[in-house]
Amino acid sequence: MKGRIAFTLGVAALVFFAGYAALFIAPDEATMHQIQRIFYFHLSAWMTSFAAFTLVFVSNIAYLSTRRLKWDCLGVAGAEVGIICCSIGLITGPLWARPVWGIWWTWDARLTTTFILWLLYIAYLLLRGLLEDPQRRASLSAVFGIFAFLDVPLVYVSNRLWRTQHPQPVLAGGAGSGLDPTMAKVLLLCVISIFAIMVPVLIDRYRLERMRREFDELRLEAENRAPDPHLVPTKGAI
Amino acid sequence: MRDFQFLFAAWMAVWAVFLAYELSVARRMSQLRDELERLKQQLREGSS
Repeated sequence: MKGRIAFTLGVAALVFFAGYAALFIAPDEATMHQIQRIFYFHLSAWMTSFAAFTLVFVSNIAYLSTRRLKWDCLGVAGAEVGIICCSIGLITGPLWARPVWGIWWTWDARLTTTFILWLLYIAYLLLRGLLEDPQRRASLSAVFGIFAFLDVPLVYVSNRLWRTQHPQPVLAGGAGSGLDPTMAKVLLLCVISIFAIMVPVLIDRYRLERMRREFDELRLEAENRAPDPHLVPTKGAI
Repeated sequence: MRDFQFLFAAWMAVWAVFLAYELSVARRMSQLRDELERLKQQLREGSS
């Protein structure tokens, strides 16, 4: 318990310092000025979502090769965390775009592929809710998850391959790209702080999924024993 | 500060989404833990 409190306080301090650095230490961007400071958490959220979707992809492949349900649980946890970070990117993006572009949204290659990515992983979670049998649910969603991951590299290359309203990449974007060293340090700090928030949540979400499996197994056992099936708690109760 | 309202809104949105999600996971865990305990209890009573 003490360890957990110390860890939470450490993460809170890190997040506070990252927020302070993004708002006050990072230098002002030449053309966008203050509004560019959204970048530090916008890009950090995208990096975290890409990492989470990669975890889903790896878990899906691992499940299909081993048929062990722990991989399926990890896949669900990763998908949910990825969707949360993707949602943050999709909320902060338009808030940045409105004062800079004069519009909230445009259907360019980067924004469209990103929106499709968000929808694909929502569909991944919805699909799971439609299937009762755990093995069938895990197999079908693993196949769907692998298919959904194909959009991740497409999002990454979209503003490299096509002309987009979305800015060209500042990291690994070729000649003319790059960040001021202080901006790069602040970005790194923000990425670490978002990871520090999301990794423990991912672990908790994984534990929750494992508990749900245990609950489903015990419920099945209770259903087989109970004379009146209405006495057994249903999945809907949780 | 120019466009401060957009910066503020983005900032608030980031923390609101994170907080809402963390609370949602914690609430679901606590509910499921209670349900699991109740079910285990039910099974123990059924077998004794």
